[in-house]
Amino acid sequence: MLFQDIVFWILSVVAVGGALGVVLVPDLFRAALLLILVFMAVAGFFVLLSAEFLAVVQVLIYVGAIAILIIFAVMLTRDVQRGNLPNRLQIPAAVFSALLLAALVTVAVDTQWEFLPAEHQQRVELVQTSAVTTLTGEVLTEEGVTGPEEQAEVREAGLADLLISDYVLPFEAVSVLLLAALIGALVLVRPNPGTGRG
Amino acid sequence: MSFEGFMIVSAVLFCIGLYGSLARRNVLAVLMSIELMFNAVNITLVAMAKYLAPAALQDDISSVLTGQVFAIFIITVAAAEIALGLGIVFAMYRTHESVDLTEATQLRN
Repeated sequence: MLFQDIVFWILSVVAVGGALGVVLVPDLFRAALLLILVFMAVAGFFVLLSAEFLAVVQVLIYVGAIAILIIFAVMLTRDVQRGNLPNRLQIPAAVFSALLLAALVTVAVDTQWEFLPAEHQQRVELVQTSAVTTLTGEVLTEEGVTGPEEQAEVREAGLADLLISDYVLPFEAVSVLLLAALIGALVLVRPNPGTGRG
Repeated sequence: MSFEGFMIVSAVLFCIGLYGSLARRNVLAVLMSIELMFNAVNITLVAMAKYLAPAALQDDISSVLTGQVFAIFIITVAAAEIALGLGIVFAMYRTHESVDLTEATQLRN
């Protein structure tokens, strides 16, 4: 537990410091690099929360694709010299964000959360690791899940199971959305949108 | 490391992102701040998936992963958003020669 606490605090400091850097550093390019740092710290949080699959997805998509796209955009727009200036809303925005932060922290601390019952904890942890480990019968027996029905239940549970059963409609909708966004982005960056000629 | 710890960190990240998206003039800085907010929400969802008991836990043990499924959807939508957002940034840069939000005023009046 102690080791996880230390990792949590390090990741928190890196994430919050990096995020402050993203919004406050005048150089946009450095801000984009700090954004990558924040993404990596968030991937670390996912590992701490036993969501290893999401951590890998985070590194692949955010660090590998989104951050690189943003760096490309920063370099291509040549506005780097003017830097990251604030607008007139700076003080109201800071006050509003601070108020929202106070409200969110109060809610997080005050609410009576309904935590997972202790007897489910072990099976839940097995299900959560099922994305990165193969749950064979031997592994499950070692972990104390012995009945054949219980083993089948734990083995069939997982992210993929949810994605193609309960959430199959959002899953398909998101694929159509990605396709539409890709076509939209292609149309937007054509040299002469509207005339139909390239 | 506790559930509340994760909630507080993600609240701090979200509010920093909110401040950045409201108070910056450069479109790219605003887009980066929005990505910060997406990440904060993802931390919240995954922390809730790990620590809290879903209502459907008795019927289906897979429901403990619901928060992670939502996080996957958010990451996908974030990818679509950044592709379109950067397309708009480039279109704006071509017409304005700048990516300053305070200069994008054609729709005013």
